[in-house]
Amino acid sequence: MALAFDEFGRPFIILKEQDQKTRLRGLDAQKANISAGRAVARILRTSLGPKGMDKMLQSPDGDITITNDGATILEQMDVDNQIAKLMVELSRSQDYEIGDGTTGVVVMAGALLEQAEKLLERGIHPIRIAEGYEMASRIAVENLELIAHKFDFGVTNLEPLIQTCMTTLSSKIVNRCKRSLAEIAVKAVLAVADLERKDVNLDLIKVEGKVGGKLEDTELIYGIVVDKDMSHPQMPKQIEDAKIAILTCPFEPPKPKTKHKVDIDTVEKFQTLRKQEQQYFDDMVQKCKDVGATLVICQWGFDDEANHLLMHRNLPAVRWVGGVELELIAIATGGRIVPRFQELMPEKLGKAGLVREKSFGTTKDRMLYIEHCANSRAVSIFIRGGNKMMIEETKRSLHDALCVARNLIRNNSIVYGGGSAEISCSVAVEAAADRYPGVEQYAIRAFADALDAIPMALAENSGLQPIETLSAVKSQQIKENNPHFGIDCNDVGTNDMCEQNVFETLIGKQQQILLATQVVKMILKIDDVISPSDY
Amino acid sequence: MAVDKILKDEASEEKGERARMASFVGAMAIADLVKTTLGPKGMDKILQSTGRGREVTVTNDGATILKSLHIDNPAAKVLVDISKVQDDEVGDGTTSVVVLAGELLREAEKLVAAKIHPMTIIAGYRMAAECARNALLQKVVDNKENEEKFKLDLMKIAMTTLSSKILSQDKEHFAKLAVDAVLRLKGSTNLEAIQIIKKPGGSLKDSFLDEGFILDKKIGVGQPKRVENAKILVANTAMDTDKVKIYGARVRVDSMSRVADIEAAEKQKMREKVDKIIAHGINCFVNRQLIYNFPEELFANAGILAIEHADFDGIERLALVTGGEIASTFDNPESVKLGHCKLIEEIMIGEDKLIHFSGVEMGQACTIVLRGASHHVLDEAERSLHDALCVLSQTVNDSRVLLGGGWPEMVMAKDVDELARVTPGKKSHAIEAFSRALVAIPTIIADNAGLDSAELIAQLRAEHQKEDCTAGIDVITGSVGDMAELGISEAFKVKQAILLSATEAAEMILRVDQIITCAPRRREDRM
Repeated sequence: MALAFDEFGRPFIILKEQDQKTRLRGLDAQKANISAGRAVARILRTSLGPKGMDKMLQSPDGDITITNDGATILEQMDVDNQIAKLMVELSRSQDYEIGDGTTGVVVMAGALLEQAEKLLERGIHPIRIAEGYEMASRIAVENLELIAHKFDFGVTNLEPLIQTCMTTLSSKIVNRCKRSLAEIAVKAVLAVADLERKDVNLDLIKVEGKVGGKLEDTELIYGIVVDKDMSHPQMPKQIEDAKIAILTCPFEPPKPKTKHKVDIDTVEKFQTLRKQEQQYFDDMVQKCKDVGATLVICQWGFDDEANHLLMHRNLPAVRWVGGVELELIAIATGGRIVPRFQELMPEKLGKAGLVREKSFGTTKDRMLYIEHCANSRAVSIFIRGGNKMMIEETKRSLHDALCVARNLIRNNSIVYGGGSAEISCSVAVEAAADRYPGVEQYAIRAFADALDAIPMALAENSGLQPIETLSAVKSQQIKENNPHFGIDCNDVGTNDMCEQNVFETLIGKQQQILLATQVVKMILKIDDVISPSDY
Repeated sequence: MAVDKILKDEASEEKGERARMASFVGAMAIADLVKTTLGPKGMDKILQSTGRGREVTVTNDGATILKSLHIDNPAAKVLVDISKVQDDEVGDGTTSVVVLAGELLREAEKLVAAKIHPMTIIAGYRMAAECARNALLQKVVDNKENEEKFKLDLMKIAMTTLSSKILSQDKEHFAKLAVDAVLRLKGSTNLEAIQIIKKPGGSLKDSFLDEGFILDKKIGVGQPKRVENAKILVANTAMDTDKVKIYGARVRVDSMSRVADIEAAEKQKMREKVDKIIAHGINCFVNRQLIYNFPEELFANAGILAIEHADFDGIERLALVTGGEIASTFDNPESVKLGHCKLIEEIMIGEDKLIHFSGVEMGQACTIVLRGASHHVLDEAERSLHDALCVLSQTVNDSRVLLGGGWPEMVMAKDVDELARVTPGKKSHAIEAFSRALVAIPTIIADNAGLDSAELIAQLRAEHQKEDCTAGIDVITGSVGDMAELGISEAFKVKQAILLSATEAAEMILRVDQIITCAPRRREDRM
């Protein structure tokens, strides 16, 4: 590290333990950062598209994850490099905001960085590049608005929604039954959607998985599935027209929060205390019974005595139900969560048409289904599959599909997939570039080239000649002035994405371009990296 | 400029061909490991645990072997996982599923080497798996309507399952045990109700199914050893010192006499509790928790048989067989359901005294007593029996049955081969490979039996060209035999699960083109 010396030849120490830190400055820093970003993008590049491959990740504890979801790969990768971490954040924010396109956004950022490196070598200042990218991204987003289609869907016409979800699912391992999963996702989202406000609370969709069976057995349940069973083995396994008391207080003697001691010093006291205790248990159960509950769902445990009393009074109960599940049950059944027995009231009970226990396989696995609820605004998706990794991957894929369906309800504009939107943007940006005077023109052109990277990667992953295919599609788009042409990944025979029914959401695509540009701008602006050398 | 490391130290990354190679090698190694246990003449493995005592397990159950292995290869872990799921879901076929997945990957490796893209292979495998499943569906036999035949089917399935296990010598005996036990369940898959008690001594042949229920406990001192027309109260309550559960309560006294008073009160309380229990009009009391000497004495005085510390499973089963309910409070004797049985007596098995409940009301639960020369034999016998019970209980629900002895594989292979012939494009190679992988299973069975597999398989294949062929490998005579005649059957559900999960696992591993291993979590070095 370069040091400055004073007139006596002593170095100025500016940073703490300066000689132990490594420092990269200027062009070197930018290039190092760019190459780190590109390395991350390179890992994800092969997962893009319907023919993309999966990654196998081994966690520090030896657990295996097999996935093709960009956000999951990056999150599990345990990245050390600072810039690489930025890329991880990038895909995570796409995941939070949109839920889909997490791989695409990283590949896009990688391509932008690659182009920026070339420009840097020509001596263009990084800030100018960043500005050029900014302008270009604005052009691209506007172009997306232009080519976007709005489609109408209603409760009767779900087809467009299902098709869009299928596009998302087709790149995952579950593409074998993408049709049924897409239907499940769309139905689930519509069940919880607030079409007036155009909002969907995905928390109301519970995704449960259980190994065994086959993927085709995955089902949508208009109700809640809880991984619990009745607290007493002899309680009825099926309850019709259940009135559910949802409790967050334990069936146990009270434990006041203030410290206290009850001293027993006489036989009388001993006996009264005993009586009180019995009375207490009795009261608790009686209160539940009095309000007319036919099922008790409790967040806490039961004492043996209470358990028997419940059983005895023919009041089935479920214990140790988690807080989130409890809330969902409350929403679904229209009940209220009751924190004290004293506050139990008939109108606070939830109602469900059918509660049943279902057992699986040869082990003692049982699940509780709460169905035909008063308010079907909470639904569950129950996934079956051959092994644990399959279930996990299906959960992630379904999450993506759910997000896509939600985005469509929020904003029903779509663009066509298969790289067609990127190609169209690339053409538009390229054409606009010439109108800008100054150095930015080069950056804008570079942006257009970077946009080509996604269709190129798609073609490459599908085993097509990348450059040949891309140029053919591009010329076709310009010639016919139709932005629907994309890469024919599945070898269907046409590259009109409108015919292939490959859709993506407009906001997803716009977000991808904006986020990628932002991160790249940030990386370009760094000109000094100071890091402690290996400790 | 070279990229600095992106991943943390010690993390590794393998790409493309190397990654694929690593997963193929790992998966095949696992498949080869359990391969030799397949089939009636399969061999066993000795597993030594790393824990204290270096315990030894001798087994031929795929799931047990794989569960005990410490595996580092990620692809191998996928195979271990499918075997575990197979165990949970259908109970049997844990070896077959791993072997089939291994063979599918072995074939896939050849295809990849021949420059066929993994995605194409997956597409082919999927078509083939669907076709194979349909082929099986066409051939299944469902005898649900005919009870006699159905029972015979169950018997055959049990015998087929057991024939590859340690119990093969007495398979008829055990098959009968298992079928009887499962039929008592009446369609429920809750195997908890079937209790297996292992007692070393005697020979495997001395194992028996008891219609009643056997509890591995002793009768309290001074209490009747034999109770006829027993009324049983099954309870889960504290019979030691019944603590006051109200929080913060404690005993604080200022003189010795007070202590004595309280002690007396406590005793009085216990006496009252016992009195209440006795008021139920029972002559047998079974508690999940301990019964202290004092209440035990009280029970003995009342001539009631009291059994303490029957564990949780025991209590549940007992409640199930006797039709009683598990009670924890005793204030309303009239509404508590009591269990009934004709006779309770103490019996001796080997050197141990056990309590035998016979003539129980609800016939759902039963007990199988296993006898055998050593703990290892008994453990293995229990596993084998468990496999058989699982398969049977699943078959009761899904009564579709297939023939065994490599017959289903040959049927599938034949149909898949035909599909390969009519499928245009590169996929047909993959479909063909799928059929080769299917044929590998009878090949391994034959190899394990020391037979000339190449010859046998060729004969078998020729046989299967005929309509309605029932030929399979007869390992006993070492030739192609008629499976229907030999009575070798398998459950459709098991075969289907094997086919689907093996294909799914192979597909999953094939899709991987990069393996990223994180740095292992550091253990705190405190030593």
